[in-house]
Amino acid sequence: MAILVDTDTRILVQGITGDFGSRHAKASLDYGTQLVAGVTPGKGGQFFEHNGHKVPVFDTVAEAAAETGATVSAIFVPPPFAADAILECVDAQLALAVAITEGIPVNDMIRVKSAMCHSKTRLIGPNCPGVVTPGRGDKSHGGCRIGIAPGYIHRRGNIGVVSRSGTLTYEAVWQLTTRGYGQSTCVGIGGDPVNGTNHTDVLQMFNDDPETEAIIMIGEIGGSAEVDAARWAAENCKKPIAAFIAGATAPAGRRMGHAGAIVGGEDDTAEAKKRILRECGIAVADSPADMAAALLERMGK
Amino acid sequence: MNIHEYQAKELFEKFGVATPAGKVAATAEEAGAAAREIGGTGLVVKAQVHAGGRGKGTFKNGFKGGVHVINTAEEAQDIAGKMLGQTLVTHQTGPEGKLVSKVLIAKSVDIVKELYFAILFDRSKSAHSIIASTEGGMNIEEVAEKTPEKITKVPVHPTMGLQPYQCRKIAAALGLKGPLINQAVKLFSSLWNLYSKSDCSLVEVNPLAVTTDGQVVALDAKFNFDDNALYRQKEVTAMRDTSEEDPREVAASDFGLNYIGLDGNIACLVNGAGLAMATMDIIKLHGGEPANFLDVGGGATKDQVASAFKIILGDPNVKGILVNIFGGIMDCNVIAQGIIAAVNEVGLTLPLVVRLEGNNVEAGKATLAGSGMAILSADGLTDAAQKIVAAVANVA
Repeated sequence: MAILVDTDTRILVQGITGDFGSRHAKASLDYGTQLVAGVTPGKGGQFFEHNGHKVPVFDTVAEAAAETGATVSAIFVPPPFAADAILECVDAQLALAVAITEGIPVNDMIRVKSAMCHSKTRLIGPNCPGVVTPGRGDKSHGGCRIGIAPGYIHRRGNIGVVSRSGTLTYEAVWQLTTRGYGQSTCVGIGGDPVNGTNHTDVLQMFNDDPETEAIIMIGEIGGSAEVDAARWAAENCKKPIAAFIAGATAPAGRRMGHAGAIVGGEDDTAEAKKRILRECGIAVADSPADMAAALLERMGK
Repeated sequence: MNIHEYQAKELFEKFGVATPAGKVAATAEEAGAAAREIGGTGLVVKAQVHAGGRGKGTFKNGFKGGVHVINTAEEAQDIAGKMLGQTLVTHQTGPEGKLVSKVLIAKSVDIVKELYFAILFDRSKSAHSIIASTEGGMNIEEVAEKTPEKITKVPVHPTMGLQPYQCRKIAAALGLKGPLINQAVKLFSSLWNLYSKSDCSLVEVNPLAVTTDGQVVALDAKFNFDDNALYRQKEVTAMRDTSEEDPREVAASDFGLNYIGLDGNIACLVNGAGLAMATMDIIKLHGGEPANFLDVGGGATKDQVASAFKIILGDPNVKGILVNIFGGIMDCNVIAQGIIAAVNEVGLTLPLVVRLEGNNVEAGKATLAGSGMAILSADGLTDAAQKIVAAVANVA
């Protein structure tokens, strides 16, 4: 079953005619994703064409959803307009909005998050690589790829992956795939301090998903999201979890690329997080090269 | 991004936050004129650098103290003349010190009580919060640890903002009485207005002072801004003083690279912030010390890699370089060609280990191997870390 999206999920892309959006819309079409609509205000009525695909472009998300049955949006619009793009998904009552955009002001996200309370729409991101539920074809072709992850590194299977970072997620996925273990769904929740979905939310979904047998959780310095998730898992999660926390060598008080990756107080170091994760029964890899190995060992494989 | 004390004062004045009168000066003459304009006795001349401990600092010309109390315009001119164009060394600047190119002339105040008031972004609540304390002038972390009852925390509503009743509640918690309450409420509201309109992530007023003549004023403040919002904060962005920043970090940001200098000798160049941190971690795990954090972003083009090499090589401690690229959608062969071109362009002689993974990786590795250069190709993360640590150990 996978979580959030499956191979038949119909998606639209906000910002499909921009550089960034069009490049990744093409990659999703090539991957076999059901990308059924694009949205660019003022370009409604045009078509986005690629390798024989002819995707209609609409002026608004509501129109695109009504005409094509899309339930999920991938948001590629630039930072000044991204908060508004998310709210447009909420207004159109989409099930899921995945905000890839990096660099949205914190104040915009605080207001968006507040406005999304009690809405029908779940937000993933922003500043995230997106969501992939691998397909069952060659090199996982036919999957649902929302965002910027390389599709071919995946393989359909039973491991759930949740992460704050992009390339580090690919690293974990690749470690699994090359060892012959596929993924149910890979979720990049993003590197910003205010996000729509956190580690705990995704662990809950994986715990409830019959297809997911075990989970890799990738975190980093800054905030308490991984620790909160670990404490929830210790009480509630029946499935094996392995984790990696990046930033053991990061100096205090410096933003390490991601807006959310800053060592705060003494309880906010990578070491402190790892210690609590271990206390909660999670297999923590000290090396980013051992994420899959740590999980397989915990699974008794 | 940090700003100078005089710039904080300018923001205070613009938003109506009560603060003692002050003027900035770039020359001794300007300092004298500023003192005359402010008038009266009991003024302070303060060297403007992004570092604490100015009062106890020493200039490289032997002049002691970056903060002086003066009584006449002539004195202001004399003291400013001894500070401007000189390098001030404090416990926070490091031995190289910081060049003073501006001084602040401000009215000094007689303080009855020092308080603490800060607005900051609280990620655990996805909202901003107020932290206030009766223990002004002290390190707030220490107060929180030893006497948490002396700290008041008030969450700010995400869309309504800070409300007057909340300001009154904070004033009461700070022990303010009579007319001081309404003064404090006005100051807190103005400060919230400044904070939210300027996309701050921290404004820490320490101390917030109650003066002998019955005023509540913000004496000194530390500001942080949300980097993501600088595009719409032209006035704040103009306050950036790059001479106060690590020149390597300034150069990196000009190239669209994200660089943070560290103390080790193994430089790394990685695509993606999470993987860049993880690469630093794995270097350390195998006995090395990372010299930097460097995220080249998703692309890793030849120009970006060449710029990154130049910045890395500007650090004299660097004895070797690890390039770690998870190609993903990019073709590893294109990345490999970019690395070779960049090595040629900068004339790299240090040990270089390259770990490529992803699309068309075999062709990429073959290109590196066939380049005739002393590039060590690595299979996987662990191999890469071990190879660069060993190579640097041989050089050292």
